[in-house]
Amino acid sequence: MVEQHLSILLVVIPLLAAPVTALLPNGRLPWALTQVVMLACLWISLSLLADVSSGQLIHYELGGWAPPWGIAYEVDALNALVAVIVSMIGTLVTAYSLRSVPADIPLDKQAHFYAAFLLCFLGLLGMSMTGDIFNVFVFLEISSLSTYALVSMGRNRQALTAAFQYLILGTIGATFFLIGVGLAYAATGTLNMADLAVRLVDSPHSNTVKTALGFIFVGMALKAAMFPLHQWLPRAYTYAPVMVSAFLAGTATKVAIYIMARTVFSVFSPELALSTLLNELLIVLGAIGVLYGAIQAIRQTSVKPLLAWSSLSQIGYFMIGIGLLSATGLMATMVHLFNHAIIKTSLFMAAGILLYHAGTLHIHKLAGLGRQLPWTFAAIVIAGLSLIGVPGTVGFISKWYLVLAAVEQQAWWIVGVILLGSLLAIVYVWKIVETLYFQPAQAAGISAQSRVELSPALIVPVWLLAIACIYFGLDTDMTVGAAQVAVQSLGLTP
Amino acid sequence: MKDNLILRIIAKLLIPMIILFALYVQFHGDYSPGGGFQAGVIFSSGFILYMLIFGLDTAEAIVPSGVLRVIASLGVLVYAGTGMVSLFMGKEFLNYSALAESPTTGQHIGIIMVELGVGMTVGAIMLLIFYAFANRGRE
Repeated sequence: MVEQHLSILLVVIPLLAAPVTALLPNGRLPWALTQVVMLACLWISLSLLADVSSGQLIHYELGGWAPPWGIAYEVDALNALVAVIVSMIGTLVTAYSLRSVPADIPLDKQAHFYAAFLLCFLGLLGMSMTGDIFNVFVFLEISSLSTYALVSMGRNRQALTAAFQYLILGTIGATFFLIGVGLAYAATGTLNMADLAVRLVDSPHSNTVKTALGFIFVGMALKAAMFPLHQWLPRAYTYAPVMVSAFLAGTATKVAIYIMARTVFSVFSPELALSTLLNELLIVLGAIGVLYGAIQAIRQTSVKPLLAWSSLSQIGYFMIGIGLLSATGLMATMVHLFNHAIIKTSLFMAAGILLYHAGTLHIHKLAGLGRQLPWTFAAIVIAGLSLIGVPGTVGFISKWYLVLAAVEQQAWWIVGVILLGSLLAIVYVWKIVETLYFQPAQAAGISAQSRVELSPALIVPVWLLAIACIYFGLDTDMTVGAAQVAVQSLGLTP
Repeated sequence: MKDNLILRIIAKLLIPMIILFALYVQFHGDYSPGGGFQAGVIFSSGFILYMLIFGLDTAEAIVPSGVLRVIASLGVLVYAGTGMVSLFMGKEFLNYSALAESPTTGQHIGIIMVELGVGMTVGAIMLLIFYAFANRGRE
């Protein structure tokens, strides 16, 4: 009986758990409940992915109302893969937060913190599950509002201004998305994605439809922090609590990019994107983003902003992959969604260990710390190599497919941008590695009082992801296979 | 403002009306315009009027913010719980037809329960927001 309800349970289980978590006494209990929910969701999303990876679709009608009137959840390989990313990162980040949250969040706010975290998690899952474009907006707001609260709970007072800036820009993005949805509704009279796609075939080039695509695209580009709409991201990731930065870096922008791919490819047609020059815009802005983000990352003097700017650089690759409007390009984006989630979450969590040990993330004060924390350092090296794209790591796989997609269309300058981006990544990864390992330790720089005991809860999630960086770099069956089916489900043939 | 006779009397006359109207909007919502969201806001506006006249401390003695947090959380649980009941009755999530013998009765029960959940959460959250702003700088 449960089997057929799995797609809705993925969203409802965290929805039920969030208010319960808010009512629990502060301490270990909210964490334990969150962890159980995360594991359940991970299991559900994995079994959904197993179900749909043969190419079949899961269709679920909420309240028994048939689409296009009711809300339907449509699961294919594309959203199942996104759900797996979100729940996998959620599970590991929750394990990490057993030690991380007590260090970051005051005790009297912990239950509410976990409730907000669950709401953010369910919003992201809902966005990936739903087949109704208005429902995307609802879940977008659920996840965004809880994200603002989560970011504002950072230890530094600047977290408040960072959260406020994110609130303003995020609300503008959501409003743009809603205006786009409204225009699409005005043009077609439907909100169901599949129905929209069918009806848009009749009037593909009307100005209303073009404007709708523009608004939806800009709204999602803001949520995905696409260059030049990225201003909120470095500050939000820098000042948020460690586990929040790690979770958001692995999931929030990824889901926004999924929605972008979904709207461009399966709601509106790629031909419409071609006729509106959207693809050129994506590729050019993506390329600028890759280089600009990497250069900014090199200039940073603290680890968290460095990682945030590097995220921005990686978002550029997603944009290029979508902008190529080809099956290989989209496959590269989907593979990179998974790979970058692993890489960046492990890096942010490793940075958290450095922060708890040294009391600061200022790069000069971390000198020599790598020799004191060899395990954390080794994980940073592995994830850093993946970020660069060294063969044998996940980063290589995604860049390989992206280069293939660019070569397919003879866009040699894109290959150049990808290579240059990787070279710049070597510089900023080396900056961390060099300070951590090759510089003499500063005895005075480390304050003893803010040290948090290194515990398995912190290091095990980091290492699981570091091992995943290697494993999925060698065995690409799951990621590339799922991405292939996902691309086919969008009607493109590789 | 509790020393002002006119304000006090008018408030005492108005508040029961406001709350009664809120309950009407809440429970008549499945036949007429209205529903949980509107009812919750109207309900909390009655309390906010009381707070403005009789002071924050008196109001917090009647509805402490701890109780409001519980009500807000319970509202979400009522909503999602209704959906889960219909799921356990063998239909889709939030398919109210599963809630009673005849689908029509089921739909009525379902929408009333769901709107009740919405009303509880919205009313409690509106008051919590008001408390949060009114309490600024008091401690």
